[in-house]
Order: sequence, then structure tokens, then C-alpha cells
Amino acid sequence: MLAIVIPIALALQGVAFLLTVARLLRGPSLPDRIIALDTLSINAIALLVLYGMVIDSTLFFEIALLIAVTGFIGTVALTKYLQRGDIIELR
Amino acid sequence: MHATMHPIAEIVVCVLLLIGSGFMLIGAIGLARLPDFYMRLHGPTKSTTLGVGGVVLASVVYFSVRGNGLSLHELLVSAFLFLTAPISAHMLAKAAIQQRLPVIERTRGRVWSPARSVADAGEEGHPDAGKPGK
Repeated sequence: MLAIVIPIALALQGVAFLLTVARLLRGPSLPDRIIALDTLSINAIALLVLYGMVIDSTLFFEIALLIAVTGFIGTVALTKYLQRGDIIELR
Repeated sequence: MHATMHPIAEIVVCVLLLIGSGFMLIGAIGLARLPDFYMRLHGPTKSTTLGVGGVVLASVVYFSVRGNGLSLHELLVSAFLFLTAPISAHMLAKAAIQQRLPVIERTRGRVWSPARSVADAGEEGHPDAGKPGK
């Protein structure tokens, strides 16, 4: 049963990835593109966890954690730049 | 490749995978289809995060049943995402309010008097409304 369900889950997440890419390309404003990038990193995390289940390896969780940290830092930096015109403000 | 699993554990993994992937697809559809940025903010920050939680729980069950002992370090990814999704949503909503993004008529609580509306450009905001970005 798992051999049937895993390709279905991969297909659902692939469609989700493509819809997010469409929003990233189309997005009328800059926060739309930022949230599309954030969602792309989350989709990549889920795809990596699923691929780790496919090839039966626990190596991918560290990579997923790295992508999570990088995506969050990128989102925060981009929104901070959008709000203030600067990322790190020294007083 | 999936030969040595207990049937009940296999059913649990399948259900969790389908629920998680379905929630991720629903979040992506919401991001692609909703008409307003403040509505589009709801899809990825709630539904997609819950979908990743489901997929990670499926992975926890899978690797705990198959191999050597309880495997819980996947939950770190899910915990980090659950912590950081509201923070990024809050900062994105603040940036969108500051940029005065256009809203549609059904979006309630406009204290920031948007510069232009999607439907018609002549609508002025109500200064005594509730919190923005509801």
C-alpha cells in the first residue's frame, strides 16, 4: 500500500510546488513573491522528508532543518528590508 | 522496498501522508487562487505548515517502526516550522500594511486606509475599525 501512496503524495506535493511557482512568477506585489518563496522552502522540506522515506535514508532531516532555518532567515530579512529599507540597523 | 512493516503501521503512515499532502495542496491552491494578499496570507501560514506536520509525523512513524528504536529528531523540523510560521506571517502582514496593498471589499478591518482598492478606487477606509489583516 505504501508503494501506491508515496507516488500519490509526491504528485500532490508537486502540484502544490507548481502552484506556488505560478504565484511567485505572477505575484502582483512584492510581499506576494516573498510569501511564495517562503512556501517554496516549506514545500522543499516536505519533499525532502518524503524522498528520505522513498530511498530509506535518515540523512535528509538535517538538510530539511537547514532549509527551514535558511528560509525563515531569508523571509525575515526580506520583510525587514521591505519595511525599513535596511536589514541590520545600528541605532 | 517496503516489505517488513506491520500492516497497521503502514495504514497509519499512508493516512498521515495523504492528509499532509492534501493540506499542502490546499494551502498552495489558496495561495494561487485567493483574490487579496491578506487572504493569500492564510494559505501558506496555516495549511501548509499543518501539511508539513503531517508528513513529518508519517516519517516519524515510518522510521520508528522499521529500524532501530524511536526516531524523534524529525520532530525538530516540525517544531521549528510551527515556531517560525506565525513570526513570518506577522512580519509579512506588517510589510503589506505599510505598503498599502490593495484589498477587496470583503476584507474587513481597514485601519490603514488603503491607497487603492481592487474593485473600485474610490473607497476610503474606516479609521475606527478593528485590527488590520484579519
